[in-house]
Amino acid sequence: MRKAQQKAGLTVTVQPDPEQLYASRKAVHNKRIDGPFRRFKWLVMFVTLAIYYGTPWIRWDRGPYAPDQAVLVDLAHRRFYMFGIEIWPHEFYFVAGLLIMAGIGLFLVTSAVGRAWCGYACPQTVWTDLFQHVDRFVDGDRNARMRLDAAPWTWGKVLRRAFKWLIYLTIAFWTGGAWIMYFADAPTLVHDFWRGEAAPVAYITVAVLTLTTFTLGGFMREQVCIYMCPWPRIQTALMDEKSLLVTYKDWRGEPRGSLKKAEKSPGEYGDCIDCQQCVAVCPTGWDIRKGPDISCITCALCIDACDRVMKDIGRPRGLIDYATLEDCKAEAAGEPPRPPWKTLLRPRTIAYFLIWGSIGMGLLFMLGVRSHTDLTVSPDRNPPYMLLSDGSIRNSYTLRLRNMESRPREMEVALEGLPGGLMWSDTIAREDAARTQVFTVPADATLPVRAYVMAPADTGATEFTFRLTSLDEQRESDSVVTGFTAPGEQ
Amino acid sequence: MENKRIDEATGTETVGHEWDGIEELNTPLPRWWLWTFYLTIIFAIGYVIAYPAIPMVSKATEGMLGWSSRGQLADEMTAADLARQDFREQLAVTDLNKMTADPQLLQQAVAGGAAAFKVNCVQCHGSGAAGVQDLGYPNLNDDDWLWGGDIESIHYSITYGIRQPEDNDMRQSIMPTFDGALDSEQINAVVDHVLSLSGKAEINPQGEQLFADNCAACHGPDGTGMRIFGAPNLADAIWLRGDRREAISSQILHPKMGAMPAWKDRLDPVTIKMLAAYVHSLGGGEETVVPVEEPAADAQGAAEGGADSDGPA
Repeated sequence: MRKAQQKAGLTVTVQPDPEQLYASRKAVHNKRIDGPFRRFKWLVMFVTLAIYYGTPWIRWDRGPYAPDQAVLVDLAHRRFYMFGIEIWPHEFYFVAGLLIMAGIGLFLVTSAVGRAWCGYACPQTVWTDLFQHVDRFVDGDRNARMRLDAAPWTWGKVLRRAFKWLIYLTIAFWTGGAWIMYFADAPTLVHDFWRGEAAPVAYITVAVLTLTTFTLGGFMREQVCIYMCPWPRIQTALMDEKSLLVTYKDWRGEPRGSLKKAEKSPGEYGDCIDCQQCVAVCPTGWDIRKGPDISCITCALCIDACDRVMKDIGRPRGLIDYATLEDCKAEAAGEPPRPPWKTLLRPRTIAYFLIWGSIGMGLLFMLGVRSHTDLTVSPDRNPPYMLLSDGSIRNSYTLRLRNMESRPREMEVALEGLPGGLMWSDTIAREDAARTQVFTVPADATLPVRAYVMAPADTGATEFTFRLTSLDEQRESDSVVTGFTAPGEQ
Repeated sequence: MENKRIDEATGTETVGHEWDGIEELNTPLPRWWLWTFYLTIIFAIGYVIAYPAIPMVSKATEGMLGWSSRGQLADEMTAADLARQDFREQLAVTDLNKMTADPQLLQQAVAGGAAAFKVNCVQCHGSGAAGVQDLGYPNLNDDDWLWGGDIESIHYSITYGIRQPEDNDMRQSIMPTFDGALDSEQINAVVDHVLSLSGKAEINPQGEQLFADNCAACHGPDGTGMRIFGAPNLADAIWLRGDRREAISSQILHPKMGAMPAWKDRLDPVTIKMLAAYVHSLGGGEETVVPVEEPAADAQGAAEGGADSDGPA
């Protein structure tokens, strides 16, 4: 091109380089820290991982007709089991309700305690934390890891990296492996999985989740929170001056100065000695002293770090602390601190809690009163009716008798209305035609019945009712109004 | 073009056109795009070698892999047949009357029959198997059967057909024409009698006598028909060709008789069995009358099978 330009004899004005919009990632080597928040994080991590890995192994006796796994999404049989609750596909609104509760629950948590979900319970946070502990276990703490990162690729480094990635891969594999346990009987699936007899989708799922866990937890880490996850961006819209944030109290800390400087000129410097410990322990590499940011997942490890430093140098704790913007303003103005419950109990948190709670109560109520029987009727449309040799008129219907109990039940189907009408079915002979028929519906199943309804010759087109009643102590009942078609008016 | 120049802002060459002062930059393709493009060319060459591609005079080049859409269809059909192999073999050796004793087998047979019915039978009997009223295509859902409604009779009708001179085993009967044999007054009297059998007209003694002399041999003294001849029941509410006076007198003067192809050479025995099971399941199927010499145990078995999943008798 340069040649072409010279040939054409053109003068080229070279533009100055535009501002770089892309910054490459700086690896985060967060330092080990101990403190109340770190210990709380350990606890949350232990509990959430135990729930995730352990839940599929809890057994729950449902009798001989249903699986005995406490939590099971049985896609093949279209059932969702959760302890004492069994959900059929037509009751999917329960799942929708749970998802709505989860969504509003996030709003509630955000308005009450800020980004607590991000800081403690989010799977990305928990697994990132886990992988960072692996880093620490294999490569040592912050300084050792930074040195190793910068070091040339020697055999030692290669071996160390291979060992670390092997641990990553093992964790990732177990994570993917645990996921599929929710979709089939766990002990059977483990057995089939290792014998190579499980469904291909099981292997594909494990492979995909292993890969994503390995990548997202092992390498992408805080970039997921900062660039990929939509939730922090929605959260910024939910935050106000009453939201709980991890805050660096700059009116107390600034200007920063080392202990030596502070000794030389007392009174000139704030409490922050610029030791960089808050940055060193941060799992996302943020400097909290720059203020709140999307990078700050409010895991509070910097609070632990700063408190420890303050204790060592004999200054009061809480230079970095959980506080709302309002609290900060008041504190900077020298007002006494407000009790924490005032932060929690505000109209907004109460409103979210009421909405969240009423949806939950509504779901529980519906779960309590839902019927375990159901009847659907679809009349044959081709032919709509037919004459029988004695002149009477026959209509055909497909009935579906649903039994949601995990035991077979006797159910009675009765005709209401339709004078002179009689019913028989594909399993009941016409000689036994009657106004009520009893069917045995298998456990946890829907029984399709071809029902034939016959009415005398002079019957016109009319409506009547099929009534289903369970013949047990519940006496559950359902009815469907349907049409009886007859010759005559069209 | 001579107007090519280097754009100052981007350092990219223009294509040389200019419209009202608007120029177009000759931005090169991104590398990855270019390489993808070359890869598609390489893929296309491989594809042309491996698969049928270039049209020749009578057909296209065949390709190294020997693939053809016909072959693929044949493979898929074979695979589908293989998947049904067990069921078909089982059905092939199952006695017609024992079929109803195995609900699972029967269910599959009925489903298969329904599919075959949709291809072969709906042209006359309709997609709901309700026939065509007044035109002589019988309704297969009801309890009125010309040649018998038990599964064996239905199977026989399908296998050998009705009034199709292809086979000695076909169902055959002829209703003679009475044009000339009876005068119009006599025919009116017979029509009166036939209608009176189902209470649609007054009793006509002349017609009763004429019916006994001319019609009772096939239709029976009480007009309830005779299945061995396919003679319809005239005393019931179902009229294959209508219950108007003109329709009945026309049947006496110039009888129309239904015909159905024999299916034994067009369909395989298993499909015919499935069709019989389907037609029998439509709600009017009757139980096979067990011959007297059969042992009692078998009779009981058949009866139980019937009660299990049979249509109403």
